[in-house]
Amino acid sequence: MPGLEDLYREIILDHYRSPRNRGELPVPPAHRVEGFNPLCGDEVVLFLAVDGDTVTDVKISGQGCSISQASSSMMSAAVKGKPVAEARTLIRAFKALMSIHESKLDGDGQPEQDLGAQLEGVRLGDLEALQGVVKFPVRIKCATLAWNTLQQALDEAGVSA
Amino acid sequence: MKALDVTRIKADFPMLERRVHDKRLVYLDSAATSQKPLAVLDAMDDYYRQRNANVHRGVYTVAEEATAAFENARTHVARFVHANDTAEIVFVRNATEAINLVAHTWARTNLRAGDAVVLSHLEHHANIVPWQMLAAELGIELRWIPLTDDFRLDLSDLPRLLDGAKLLAVSAMSNVLGTINDVRPLADAAHAVGALLLVDACQSVPHLACDVQAWDADFVAFSAHKMLGPTGIGALWARRALLESMPPFLGGGEMIRDVRLDGFTTNDVPWKFEAGTPAIAEAVGWGAAVEYLHAIGMDAIRNHERGLAGYTLALLEERFGDRLTIYGTHNLDARGATFSFLFDGIHAHDISQVVDEEAVCVRAGHHCAKPLMRVLGVPATTRASFYLYNDEADADALADALARAEKFFAF
Repeated sequence: MPGLEDLYREIILDHYRSPRNRGELPVPPAHRVEGFNPLCGDEVVLFLAVDGDTVTDVKISGQGCSISQASSSMMSAAVKGKPVAEARTLIRAFKALMSIHESKLDGDGQPEQDLGAQLEGVRLGDLEALQGVVKFPVRIKCATLAWNTLQQALDEAGVSA
Repeated sequence: MKALDVTRIKADFPMLERRVHDKRLVYLDSAATSQKPLAVLDAMDDYYRQRNANVHRGVYTVAEEATAAFENARTHVARFVHANDTAEIVFVRNATEAINLVAHTWARTNLRAGDAVVLSHLEHHANIVPWQMLAAELGIELRWIPLTDDFRLDLSDLPRLLDGAKLLAVSAMSNVLGTINDVRPLADAAHAVGALLLVDACQSVPHLACDVQAWDADFVAFSAHKMLGPTGIGALWARRALLESMPPFLGGGEMIRDVRLDGFTTNDVPWKFEAGTPAIAEAVGWGAAVEYLHAIGMDAIRNHERGLAGYTLALLEERFGDRLTIYGTHNLDARGATFSFLFDGIHAHDISQVVDEEAVCVRAGHHCAKPLMRVLGVPATTRASFYLYNDEADADALADALARAEKFFAF
């Protein structure tokens, strides 16, 4: 039986208590995308600034549980300043960490067994603390909310690289 | 009035003997669905073992018994809500389907573009979305009764809201706030302008004696599974003449009198609205649930829950003070034992996760009432809802578990 300490790791609580990159960005040039968790009413508002191939800035507002808030905070820290391609790889790696394998459904023709190879060498760092969420299936949507919202923001920003 | 013997009642519910995380299960989510007593489980088991056959079809002995058991359940449910006639109880899947039935049949026939339907801010999605769907289809106008600062219906502007309205559709008891609405004045106000009254009684019928005639309602929707019965069955009550005036809902077997290549004629009510093989075992289980509730007495249940509500409100206030906000009235005459609350700085999801470690089952989220959540200005609440099998020890267990959650998330 998984315990609370599997879910609420110290680093998660730290991001929840002191969220990184809280706030808003002027739109435009930034893109603003809202993500909702219909299960619990959690809401992530993501502001994404992209310059060329780089995610230059990310700000998060909205409200939600510790898992969705910590995941948003950790996501913002992980992708800020990174190339768009790396952000997209992180999204896939994070979803794989959450046991969500969408590669086949994305229509990109990548068989699932290649996912491991593609993601080999991708370092999730602090984000791995969220792995315990997998043991609490209802909360996976809380953890992935920010990442799905990021994916949508990247799509809307028209940066597919 | 005799107090409920909750220890004895608990023993009737096998689920309440379950242990979770090696702790006694403290079930405080009856507003979502109630637990089921042995009497209900046995009745359904007995039906499948001894009487299983389709209803209203065969002439063999077992088929007659199945039909009798099914229709006997209807009679029990009809009596329980003080219907005038068993034909006034239409079996549906749940209260949601009952409301959709009214929207699809009565409302589609009687409403035109520009007509108004009046709802309230405390409605469940089941009593909002069907009307929004109809508004999109027919161009009807939706109007909303707001809430007072005490989380009750603000009826000060009701005459204006009802002006030109064809239907008032309101919950008898909020699944979020626990607010009990006084139905009769709503019926009188609706009828005064020629509108009908639909009551979403899904939360009230399990907890409060229900008299659809004293309410003078036109449509009443409720579900079995929140009142000790099984999932998959509920009822729409309406007077026979009104039901007879409505077109059928779903088409198929059972709902017809005759079918020819060029058309069909409909069966008598209530079967006119019951296309296809119904939920027979579920009806039998619901009948047993109603008998169980009747034997205990709805007034005794209301009295017990009123006491529990007072105890829980005082307990939460004493233990948590201003750190915990309850969204609901403190007036015990105007509320049931359903409590939605918010901790300062701790999300409802996190609260319910931590209290689950203590085997305390509460609901976290928007409770299928997102418009109400927006009115309250909160993303989600934690909800603890009590029933006849809960006692003060359960309220104490909730408070202890909440204290643990608060400590866990202390900054």
